[in-house]
Amino acid sequence: MPPAPPASPAIGMIRTLGLVSAICGLIIVGAYQSTYDAVAANKRIATERAVFKVIPAAKSIAEYVTLTGGGIERRVGGGDGALAPGAVKFFAAYDESGKLAGIAAEGAAKGYADTVRIMFGYSPACQCVVGIGVVNMRETPGIGDKIITDKDFVANFNALDTKLNKELSALANEVRTVKHGTKTNPWQIDAISGATITSRAVGRAINDSAQALLPRLVPNLEKLGSKS
Amino acid sequence: MNTATTWDDFMEGIWRQNPVFVMVLGMCPTLAVTVSAVNSISMGLATLFVLVCSCGLVSLLRKLVPKEVRIAVYIVIIATFVTAVDYAIQAISLALYDALGAFIQLIVVNCIILGRAEAHAAKNPPLSAMVNAAGMGIGFVIGLLALGVVREILGAGTLFGVSLFGAEFQPWVIMVLPPGGFFVLGGWLLLFSWHARRKQRKQSAKLGEVTQNA
Repeated sequence: MPPAPPASPAIGMIRTLGLVSAICGLIIVGAYQSTYDAVAANKRIATERAVFKVIPAAKSIAEYVTLTGGGIERRVGGGDGALAPGAVKFFAAYDESGKLAGIAAEGAAKGYADTVRIMFGYSPACQCVVGIGVVNMRETPGIGDKIITDKDFVANFNALDTKLNKELSALANEVRTVKHGTKTNPWQIDAISGATITSRAVGRAINDSAQALLPRLVPNLEKLGSKS
Repeated sequence: MNTATTWDDFMEGIWRQNPVFVMVLGMCPTLAVTVSAVNSISMGLATLFVLVCSCGLVSLLRKLVPKEVRIAVYIVIIATFVTAVDYAIQAISLALYDALGAFIQLIVVNCIILGRAEAHAAKNPPLSAMVNAAGMGIGFVIGLLALGVVREILGAGTLFGVSLFGAEFQPWVIMVLPPGGFFVLGGWLLLFSWHARRKQRKQSAKLGEVTQNA
């Protein structure tokens, strides 16, 4: 072997980088393959838990998406597959006897620290939101996270009115967060005093998601029927 | 290699060159994820795993890698193991994955790891490199845990999720917010430098005695 030259030859560098990349590629593929099932199962369990929380009667769920031309479609397999632009994902929840117990959908809006992502339950019977849960947020502990613990605030979502207008094109009344103590209508959310920004984010998340989802969902409700 | 140097290699990271309290490296995850003891341990273990595996591989390849591309090679190797850890944490617990957030991926740029690869693993055989990396990694876990335990107890009144003081406890919320990380880290650094100062003073006093006697 000749003595090492001051600068290494390019071919050597390329060979080394190629070798290292090949080894690393193998390790990554191995890690991905061996964790794939566990990760998918974890994600499914997390979604189910979030849905069961907002619709307590639920025992099983099915994932659906809205279609751009109107209508809805069952989504099998779920997972990370990309949605068509404008499509909204939602979950139909069924009770023990297989009857439709409610609809759950996600909503997101900018909060105080970061995006607040919530899951809300919608009851077709009363055309209202019947419960919310937080999927992900980074709001200030002790202040922003009151949206899950504050009893008065949570009571807003016992029956939050989300009726559609006559043409079924949008909500009859926009869901709106109002200042603490000024709630007068069933479609308003009474903010937590001291956590107004987070409260508003919840209102906006529900409103945006409901405006996109409900006009397409309500005409197709009978398709969800009972579990096949 | 004899046992004494192996032991030295191992203990270097835990005490003399502790990455958190002595070298003050890797401050980004140290301050950001130590809001609870569980988060601290998970973050520490993830870093430990990446550190040991990447130092082992770097050391194995040390004779093959031309010096011009060594940093690129190290980063690719480190990034590989970080990706593996990322998948592993998702498989173990999504809640934990959300809590650690971007800081798992950011292990790639943790200067402790690149520092170890460059300063130790690239010059030593695999066993010595991995032992040294394990010591550093455990030192990092200890550092994170020291912060995490204090912050969780003061900021949430719990330890590993178990309530310590009952329902009457009013949590000291700032401790689990970003400023709390700086307060607690400052406190620990104060303690360590006080200890080092005292040791130094004792040593110089002893030295003085010796010279007087001579």
